[in-house]
Amino acid sequence: MNSQKPTRDGADGMDSRRTIEIVRAGLRRRQAAEKRFRLYGLLAILLGLVFLSVLFVSIVGNGYSAFAQTYVRLPVYFDAAVIDPEGTRDPETLGSADYAGLVKASLREMFPAVTERGERRALYGIISNGAGFELRDRVLGDPALIGTRQDVWLVADDEIDMLVKGRVDRTLPELDRRVKDDQIGWVDRLDAEGRVEKRFNTNFFLAGDSRDPELAGIRGALVGSLYTLLLTLALSFPIGVAAAVYLEEFAPRNRITDLIEVNINNLAAVPSIVFGLLGLAVFINFFGIPRSSPLVGALVLTLLVLPTIIIASRAALKSVPPSIREAALGVGASPMQTVIYHVLPLAMPGMLTGTIIGMAHALGETAPLLMIGMVAFIVSIPAGVFDPATVLPVQIFLWADSPERAFVEKTSAAIAVLLAFLILMNAVAVILRKRFERRW
Amino acid sequence: MSSVDMIEKAVQSERTSFRQAAKDMDSLTRRPEQRETVGEVRVEDPRVRCNDVNVYYGEKHAVMGVNLDIGRNEVIAMIGPSGCGKSTFLRCLNRMNDTIVGCRVTGQIFMDDQDINASGIDVVPLRAMVGMVFQKPNPFPKSIWENVAFGPRIHGLAHNKAELEEMVVTSLQRAGLWEEVKDRLEQPGTGLSGGQQQRLCIARTIAVGPEVILMDEPCSALDPIATAVIEDLIDELRGHYSIVIVTHSMQQAARVSQRTAYFHLGNLIEVGETTQIFTNPVHKLTEDYITGRFG
Repeated sequence: MNSQKPTRDGADGMDSRRTIEIVRAGLRRRQAAEKRFRLYGLLAILLGLVFLSVLFVSIVGNGYSAFAQTYVRLPVYFDAAVIDPEGTRDPETLGSADYAGLVKASLREMFPAVTERGERRALYGIISNGAGFELRDRVLGDPALIGTRQDVWLVADDEIDMLVKGRVDRTLPELDRRVKDDQIGWVDRLDAEGRVEKRFNTNFFLAGDSRDPELAGIRGALVGSLYTLLLTLALSFPIGVAAAVYLEEFAPRNRITDLIEVNINNLAAVPSIVFGLLGLAVFINFFGIPRSSPLVGALVLTLLVLPTIIIASRAALKSVPPSIREAALGVGASPMQTVIYHVLPLAMPGMLTGTIIGMAHALGETAPLLMIGMVAFIVSIPAGVFDPATVLPVQIFLWADSPERAFVEKTSAAIAVLLAFLILMNAVAVILRKRFERRW
Repeated sequence: MSSVDMIEKAVQSERTSFRQAAKDMDSLTRRPEQRETVGEVRVEDPRVRCNDVNVYYGEKHAVMGVNLDIGRNEVIAMIGPSGCGKSTFLRCLNRMNDTIVGCRVTGQIFMDDQDINASGIDVVPLRAMVGMVFQKPNPFPKSIWENVAFGPRIHGLAHNKAELEEMVVTSLQRAGLWEEVKDRLEQPGTGLSGGQQQRLCIARTIAVGPEVILMDEPCSALDPIATAVIEDLIDELRGHYSIVIVTHSMQQAARVSQRTAYFHLGNLIEVGETTQIFTNPVHKLTEDYITGRFG
């Protein structure tokens, strides 16, 4: 360092020995600072993990029981006098018979001691209102059942379901709980006879929404989400990529393109409810697209995710080395051929990642859909993009708003399903990126 | 024209004090002078004839009034210090400068009695006729076969698979790469070594069947052995094509070219037979450069 022997310390120059001493003296403090710095990062990650695990534990802990449903086995007499008094076997007659009455008759038979009107009503309350429909479907499927006596597993009422799942506190005074002492006694007796069972809740995945928690399912919301997302993808991916390609590869750099760029970046920060209002005003009121439909939902969500896709796609295009463009242009490829054969394939992983992140965003979006009527109570499962529908996050919002105790677990279960879909989509994004990157 | 070059020029050629040099540089930046070209710029029956070509990057005048002919089946080397405009001039010949924002080209460049800068001239056929090899090997991140087949495919040169196959094989053979890659045509071109990649780029260029090949420092990223292979290749290719090569290596220019053009600060200073330029340069700047006094 110093070729000449230092003659003097001080202002003229730094003695190398003094430098080392000063560095040594400060070393411990520097190392401590280094360690602290790393610790902060570690703490931040741990904090994140703690929150995440609290979230997962609370959702799964609340929601796992919704995947099971209590069923009660009852001997049902398919009374010909009730179902088909004239013996025509006409499906219309069979379809409109009083099947709920059969269930009630069966319950009366099981518990002959219950005679008082109020008590009877409580007794009927053990079985879900939907049990009659289950019987109807069986008879319509096999009319030979009429006149026979069958043991049938019927869906229990949501309050009884809660009781069986242990979510009703039996020690509370009777007035403070929804399940009465009589009902507890009846259910316990049925249980002792082996007539109560928890089964996998297929209904949850196969049924649409319902006011009765035991009959409510997420299929309507799932199908609605699927239609909405597919349409959103079909609209936003081509539009977003086309816009990004034009802006990045063809547009001249001038004030207008600068303005467009600033506006796209600003759109990404617009509150989503504003897009909902826009959809209400433009798509529904002006263009007359049916409200609550996946189509209008998809249009609104397209507006919402377009900025994300455009920004990600432009970044992906920017990262393609210019030498590739020069190479293609150099052999006489037109700009379009250059883009289609070389630039787009290389930018595709980035574009797909941006798109899937945008789609995940759209899948979880609620606010704008409230504005366009997808918050309506819709029981039927949408059969097309013009049918009224709801989507998963809105379904969660609706159930979270419902007073019944059983909807608490349904809400958590629906959140778990939504999270599973989000994780699945992100996994797909990672896989796609890996696969396309290999071609580089 | 980087300021470093200007300072060097000032220091070397004027041999004045530093202050004087800085002053010179200042005046040079503001108003670079246009100089007459020494030597014979015209040849009999040229493939390309350039008349008064000027290139501007915004306000900057990068190439000043260059007149130059490029003969048939000759290799012409362009030498000169960094920033002298030789690459910029090269890129005029297939209008690659079009892709640079703010770049403006004036003057005429005739190929087959047609000015390639005239309005209504499409760059696609021009670039098919004037191929280009770049400084850094830039194969497409696709298979070797795809790299070579791309040009013929986009121009629709092959009518069937067999023709395309033949074009690919011939091009690879001409580029001297066939023996090395014939067993792995499906492997990515980016997996080859630097020299092989550059020969792949040459194969890709000649697959289109150009008449002129522009090479922008094709060996600057290669080791001496790969460079020697490419130089031999250039010599062979001369039988089929006119080749314009920009190089920083004077030895390379001396080895591969028949004619040499010396550029300096946007001016074409001297053109002549390569042997004459390197043994008996006329212009003082040429002499200074090739004797290594600057550059």
